[in-house]
Amino acid sequence: MLIKLTGGTVYDPASGIDGQQQDIYVQDGRIIDAPKDGRPVDKEYDLRGKVVMSGAIDMHTHIGGGKGNIARTLLPEDHRQDPVHRTSITRSGNGHAMPSTYVAGYRYAEMGYTACFEPAVLPINARQAHMEMGDTPIVDKGGYVMLGSDDFLLRMMTANKDQKAINDYVAWTLNAAKGIGIKVVNAGGINAFKFNQRKLDLDEKNSHYDVTPRQILQTLARAVKELGITHPLHVHGCNLGVPGNLETTLNTIQGIDGLPMHLTHIQFHSYGTEGDFKFSSGAAQIAEAINNNKNITADVGQILFGQTVTASGDNMRQHANHRFASPNKWVCMDIECDAGCGVVPFKYKDQNFVNALQWAIGLEIFLLVEDPWRIFLTTDHPNGAPFTSYPHLIRLLMDRSFRNDMLATIHPEAQKMTTLASIEREYTLNEIAIMTRAGAARIIGLKDRGALSAGNWADITVYTENSDRQTMFTKPDYVFKDGELVVKDGEVVKVTWGTTHIVKPDYDLSIEKDLKPYFDKYLTMKLGNFKISDDEISEDGRGSLTAHPLRGAA
Amino acid sequence: MTEITEVPSPFCGMGTDDLSIQVDGTTLKVTANGCSVNTPAFEQAIADTVPRIAGQAASLEAATTKAAELLRNTHQPVIGGCATDVNGMRALLALADKSGAVVDNLNFNIARRNLLALQDSGWMNTTLAELKNRCDLLLIVGTDLEAFAPRFFEKYLWNEEAMFLDNTANREIIYLGKAPSGNASTSPTGQKARVLPCADADLPDVAAALSALVKGHLLNAQSVAGIAISELQLIADKLKAAQYGVILWGAAALAFDQAELTVQTLCNIVKDLNQAGTRCSGFPLGGKEGDQTANQVCGWTTGYPARVNFARGYPEYDPYLYDSQTLLSNGEADALLWVQAFNSSALPPKTHLPTIVIARSGMKFEKDPDVFIPVGTPGIDHAGHAYRLDNVVAIRLKKLRDSGLPSTAEVLSAIEQAL
Repeated sequence: MLIKLTGGTVYDPASGIDGQQQDIYVQDGRIIDAPKDGRPVDKEYDLRGKVVMSGAIDMHTHIGGGKGNIARTLLPEDHRQDPVHRTSITRSGNGHAMPSTYVAGYRYAEMGYTACFEPAVLPINARQAHMEMGDTPIVDKGGYVMLGSDDFLLRMMTANKDQKAINDYVAWTLNAAKGIGIKVVNAGGINAFKFNQRKLDLDEKNSHYDVTPRQILQTLARAVKELGITHPLHVHGCNLGVPGNLETTLNTIQGIDGLPMHLTHIQFHSYGTEGDFKFSSGAAQIAEAINNNKNITADVGQILFGQTVTASGDNMRQHANHRFASPNKWVCMDIECDAGCGVVPFKYKDQNFVNALQWAIGLEIFLLVEDPWRIFLTTDHPNGAPFTSYPHLIRLLMDRSFRNDMLATIHPEAQKMTTLASIEREYTLNEIAIMTRAGAARIIGLKDRGALSAGNWADITVYTENSDRQTMFTKPDYVFKDGELVVKDGEVVKVTWGTTHIVKPDYDLSIEKDLKPYFDKYLTMKLGNFKISDDEISEDGRGSLTAHPLRGAA
Repeated sequence: MTEITEVPSPFCGMGTDDLSIQVDGTTLKVTANGCSVNTPAFEQAIADTVPRIAGQAASLEAATTKAAELLRNTHQPVIGGCATDVNGMRALLALADKSGAVVDNLNFNIARRNLLALQDSGWMNTTLAELKNRCDLLLIVGTDLEAFAPRFFEKYLWNEEAMFLDNTANREIIYLGKAPSGNASTSPTGQKARVLPCADADLPDVAAALSALVKGHLLNAQSVAGIAISELQLIADKLKAAQYGVILWGAAALAFDQAELTVQTLCNIVKDLNQAGTRCSGFPLGGKEGDQTANQVCGWTTGYPARVNFARGYPEYDPYLYDSQTLLSNGEADALLWVQAFNSSALPPKTHLPTIVIARSGMKFEKDPDVFIPVGTPGIDHAGHAYRLDNVVAIRLKKLRDSGLPSTAEVLSAIEQAL
């Protein structure tokens, strides 16, 4: 079927197109050049006066994996407030802080998103992550596999294994768990918590292993680079949420020796200790460091006010924060000599000084980082806020007077501690398209996505221009996924199943000579049973795998 | 004849995956690493392979069509059992969503003791590999651990080597409440477990006293339920001194009223210890025959564990109201679909209502249900996924033989299509 999208105003930063009126043709799921053979168009959409972008990509959202299910089970009262009826084409479920998987897929699609990436796939829990994502309709998905607190890596590092051996282990794990990148959460800290360490600074040694977080980050960042994985090492830094962690974050940036590194939910890592409350904004220094270090990218992890739940691999920090749990219940787990998790419900309040300043810090970072290709729009769903708040966040970034109106309502001391009111920048549609589409596809290494040029998959979102950007981004007119119309007027009209994006770096098989006895002796599963096979993703007939090329590959 | 090694078991809840199984046609024999739970479950012979409608042999298509017909005009069908693999549970929930059914896991009343504690205050728990490599003190509350999982001690406590213990034989095992039924808890060097026995019904008092002692409160009583306070103080001291203490309980064994409050007390002891500067974790034992699988898949599909009602077009959760046994006996339900792919002796509850049974081949009924469809067992007749008792790990189940039996998912999807 040949589809023509006629006369829309196109924002396609990957092709350098910033608001030009042009037609787009789609055939067999992909965007094609205008046919020259005069064959008839089967379906035409008149998009004159409408804004056209590629489908949005959330590069960091907790949509799959055990901690999400713990969060769901923990919060029946939250679900009761947001029941979702089944329709003739969609499944029932519920939403808000941690929606059920079907609802997450529908709601992402209804906002114009066509791909979502789970940033904390514990290798031992990767099956669950893939099964949950497998039950998340419409959107494509993928995961970053978590390393850095796993005993095998720390043993290798203590034993001074060479980088080559570590690269083999990293590549083996990525293949076994079927991920597209490598994530580190509080490098070594989740492990240190199991030895009863309650904090771990960048240069502090694990009490059992002879390694520091800095060494872990350097080792894994090198592995990612040397293996040719496009997505830089995805780093959740040390000391999340700790006043003064600004210094740790700056040190982390300096200490990575110029290797590519993505700092995630950087808002939570940008705190100073100034002022009466010993809590201040480090946004200016962090933004400056990002501006000056081209090897660094970041997503913000914006907080927005209201009830949510924090779900993180960082059980060391989650345990420390449990006293703020609202409602007052929380879960921490140590997991399989692999990692851990912590789930703490949270209610961010605009009249709470710390929460209000966190809100301002996130926005400051968004607005002070100059290059939209290196900063990404996230709330670290659900940690900072549910992903459904993105349209509101976009309005805060694009509309200074709205932002200042909101600023005027938060805790007065927080207003005094932020420079937000003085920042004039308003994001443009092109910049929004960069940070939510073109930049995201580039940083993840997605070939054929996040752009509207011929050859790309036809993931396309169409909005009605509206000066109220929240309204505009809440309800797209049309969303096409792989060329099929899946959302019309903000509602799902067809349910499809996206693909799972992965990379498959090569490794020396002999790494299994070390891994097999480790599994047999210490773990609770056989090596062969640990590895996820391709058919586990595809056997139900709706899942598929898309492997992306490595850097330097053809 | 072939031998398949590294076979994972969906039966024991521990996800043991070192079994060797000899396959001869459709006959299975466990040749290595079997136990009293797994071996009979694997070796059970296939009996019936043909569906029956009101006791008469029928084709699979006729049986699924008849099942859909029975469900079509119901107001409140109940889907009970929920003992199947991940794909079976996915199909079960799709059918429930479409038919407005109540979904109820067969062991929910037991799991509820944990779920209510979790949903009221949360917990700090651990998983098998952490226990295997770190645990230096295991406090077992009210549970005969080796009867539940015969190989637990052998595999996870008396393992030859652990990453963080010099000698695993030095682990300390304490039973509070129920005494062990055998000697599996005796260490390889002959060290017997310390046992502080009390009646099940006294566990709430004993746990409360231990909780107070962990918090450092003084108790005036000299004993509780026949256990000297000094003995409990010793346990509190040992928990505080442990490198990585683990408190284990089996919710099934805590068969007394408001057991969830005792679970909550145990979970709070763990939290208090961590708050006071010691690492300690809880370990809830459970999850045989797909219990965790049902709760996990229902969790991500509906937001709630596996006792939900879809009657209003969206999932509603009530841990008491949607008890299928109650719904069947008080006349609120009008049809029963029973799903039990693991255990042919786990019969559906007795009811005069139209009944559809999707179960492991060999289930014997007093009175044949309206529709009976024998299905393959996950991990024997088809591949699949099942959750282990510690909830985090989903194991990949293997297909061991060609029995021709359909999977639960295939049958339930066919009924959904026919509906």
